[in-house]
Amino acid sequence: MPSITDALIGRLGAANVLTEKEDILPYAFDGTAALRQPPLAVVFPRDAAQVALVIRLAREHRAPLVARGNGTGLSGGSVPVPGALVLCLAHMDKVLELDTKNLTLLAEAGAVTQDIYDRADAAGLFFPPDPGSMKISTIGGNVAENSGGLRGLKYGVTRDYVMGLEVVLADGSTCWLGGKCVKDVAGYNLRDLFIGSEGTLGVITKVLLKLLPRPAARRTLLATFAAMDAAAGTVSAIIAAKIIPCTLEFLDSKTIRCVEDFAHAGLPRDAGAILLIETDGHPAAVADEAAKIEALCAAHGATSVKRAADAAEAARLATARRSAFSALARLRPTTILEDVTVPRSELAGMVRAVQAIAGKHRLDIATFGHFGDGNLHPTILTDERDAGEMARVELAFADIVEAALARGGTITGEHGVGLAKKPYLRRQLGDDSHALLRAIKRTLDPDGLLNPGKILD
Amino acid sequence: MTAEPNLLRALDYPLLQQCMHCGMCLPSCPTYAATKLERHSPRGRIALMRAIADGELEPAKPFAEEMYYCLGCLACTSACPAGVRYAELFETARAEIERRRLLDSPKRNLIRWSVVRVLFTRPRLLRLAGRLLWLWQAGGGQRLFRKLRLNRLLPRNLRRLEPQAPRACAKFSHQLIAPVEHPRTGRARRRVALLTGCVQDLVFSDINRATADVLLANGCEVHTPPVQPCCGSLHAHNGDLRSARELARRQLDLIDPFAFDAIISNAGGCGSHLRAYGHLLHDDARYAARAAEWSRKLRDIHEFLVGINFRKPAAPGGAPAQSEIENPKSKIENPKSEITLTYHESCHLCHGQKISAAPREVLRALPGARLVECAESSWCCGSAGIYNITQPETSAWLLRRKLGHLRATHAAVVATANPGCHIQLENGLRESGAPGVAVAHPVALLAKAYREEGAI
Repeated sequence: MPSITDALIGRLGAANVLTEKEDILPYAFDGTAALRQPPLAVVFPRDAAQVALVIRLAREHRAPLVARGNGTGLSGGSVPVPGALVLCLAHMDKVLELDTKNLTLLAEAGAVTQDIYDRADAAGLFFPPDPGSMKISTIGGNVAENSGGLRGLKYGVTRDYVMGLEVVLADGSTCWLGGKCVKDVAGYNLRDLFIGSEGTLGVITKVLLKLLPRPAARRTLLATFAAMDAAAGTVSAIIAAKIIPCTLEFLDSKTIRCVEDFAHAGLPRDAGAILLIETDGHPAAVADEAAKIEALCAAHGATSVKRAADAAEAARLATARRSAFSALARLRPTTILEDVTVPRSELAGMVRAVQAIAGKHRLDIATFGHFGDGNLHPTILTDERDAGEMARVELAFADIVEAALARGGTITGEHGVGLAKKPYLRRQLGDDSHALLRAIKRTLDPDGLLNPGKILD
Repeated sequence: MTAEPNLLRALDYPLLQQCMHCGMCLPSCPTYAATKLERHSPRGRIALMRAIADGELEPAKPFAEEMYYCLGCLACTSACPAGVRYAELFETARAEIERRRLLDSPKRNLIRWSVVRVLFTRPRLLRLAGRLLWLWQAGGGQRLFRKLRLNRLLPRNLRRLEPQAPRACAKFSHQLIAPVEHPRTGRARRRVALLTGCVQDLVFSDINRATADVLLANGCEVHTPPVQPCCGSLHAHNGDLRSARELARRQLDLIDPFAFDAIISNAGGCGSHLRAYGHLLHDDARYAARAAEWSRKLRDIHEFLVGINFRKPAAPGGAPAQSEIENPKSKIENPKSEITLTYHESCHLCHGQKISAAPREVLRALPGARLVECAESSWCCGSAGIYNITQPETSAWLLRRKLGHLRATHAAVVATANPGCHIQLENGLRESGAPGVAVAHPVALLAKAYREEGAI
């Protein structure tokens, strides 16, 4: 039998199969810190049929397969396993159809999230999910990880916008799940099984997305606080006042300074914390909500509340916020990002717990996140070459997870389990639920071909 | 190979670790956009450098070719939230490649030796070459050569490049600018040194003259040494850091930064490198202090003008200048006087020096001109130093992309502030059948506006 790479080159052509060291080393990682494993080869299919072909060949050769888009994941979901083929869908990047009658968009899995947003926007429509890396992340990756973003509070996450998808299974068969019908209860809802499955159950090749009418008005507010607690209290007050803004983002003092160093967006460098709040919808409703939010901020200790002058300034602030994670890398060589999430009522307590854990393990932790939906991003600033400190990072990690679970939270709000959260999954799900996941994985991928070692061992 | 340590391994390791491979650079990188392959992306290249520093990868030809496929446009440094110092990594990688002679071939060695080591280290020789080019072009040699279609005899690559050769000026900078010039009226408020560049000196000496005029009009005493060495940017970008340091020292010998309020550069590519003298010579005991002062004083001309709140030119006829953006009505009332401008950002001005707003401010101050933004204005035009010679295909792809965006603005003038971009865009516009569109340096336009003040 020829080697798997020879077989792939024979079927797909040498240009679509990379094996040289200089070519494959840059596929040894995704956006996750401190995880690295070069693959055996990188393969670039052009359509679902070629994906199926690669999967069949991989099965014949018992070669593990790791699907990948543009490699911006944050839980190690697309980091190769030893001897793996990376199935890179970056060339399958077309938006195939924009259906303005049904408000749907059909795209190949490698289409870039920003392109999808722009295509919808140009037609007066709106694709809300906006993960931090949306400028380059692929929609297939977003669906596989069920990515969130800044607008999760009001608009939900990627799952809420997937009406259908095409997926190639481990046996090489190709399934289409879902469709353009708003109501559809034919059979098990298997579409949702693949959303957030992190490439362990099948390879998503096409996605049918739901679009919304673009909100007629938007307003962005920037509220400054002297201390983190006041900001957390304000968030609780806004939600308790039955206001659901589009975004309700939080940055602590360290994050503010790093982001401002990069983005020059006019953030207050000396603030203890800021909230970045956007409200959208009917102009009258937006004006009303903005006024109420401003009053609530002032009543809960904001030292100032500023309105973005125009759309350009609002976009600058949102872009600045999206850079938070990467900007924090300015402080220390290694930046490890967490994404525990708690019910919103537990936010202030969780923020205090993170501060206590940083003190206990003598670590530098910055915190930002989507306060409106309880999704925190405590970010540990460290150096992977310092073994002693990395051991303390592991302990702090476990403590943060424990603190979140004790508050009824989850180990991951939007980044996925991948490799980074795998050790904690059973603790959250319990033995029976964890076993159910394993049973599903075994049914759909009995040979453990697809992204093995992710989510589950 | 000398006994010097591997330059990438000798790097301060956190420089490499600074890249946390988040991928935010990918959408800004032209070579990633062209190929969608990670090795052709900034984080991919840094991963290769890091693998070399870690001893995991042996520097060989594929790595060398990769580092020369990189445009060095530095767009990734504007996109990078983590503040990775890619320019330094890139120059170190290329220096390591040259130290190991990974790309040696007789042809490449000859070109590198004659251009990098000989021509661009000897300003007088370079001017002689420029003079010969001018004689060839102005004296009819070139016309005759083309008429007889002798270019068919050239090797393919040269045949392609021959029509792209820039037109040398009849007079170079020292023939247009006196070593010291004083403002015509009033006492000088500032004392500045003007750098005339290499290509700028031979091909765009009029831009240097215009820069001096604009400085004079804003109360500066302008010092322009008649013979100036190359700034060394060409050398640093092409892996010859030793020559780059030597040229920087010569520059510092010629112009004492302590004696001036500012040192002015009008070419994006040169300015980006000139600003880095402080870092380039930081461990040179004799020059470190002078180089640091130089970096503190170095100003791009637009940055300098905006910093001193330059005088806004009045409209011809003496009426005060009115920006069309603030007053769109006048466009309708006086359509004839209006020129539509667009601005193409030189990579090393906007990404290398992070100067983006100042040139636009200069352009908006021009009476009767309207600035229309072009899409991807901060994308490389494909000139990228000598990239159009070494990587013709990618360069041509970038130029086509650029020309499409420029045409979409319907602008009559494309403003840009770097000689490489200037030549590339002029050639591109001419060859694509858009001869009516002019390319001009913002400061040349400003000088013209000053000249036309009061005229009708």
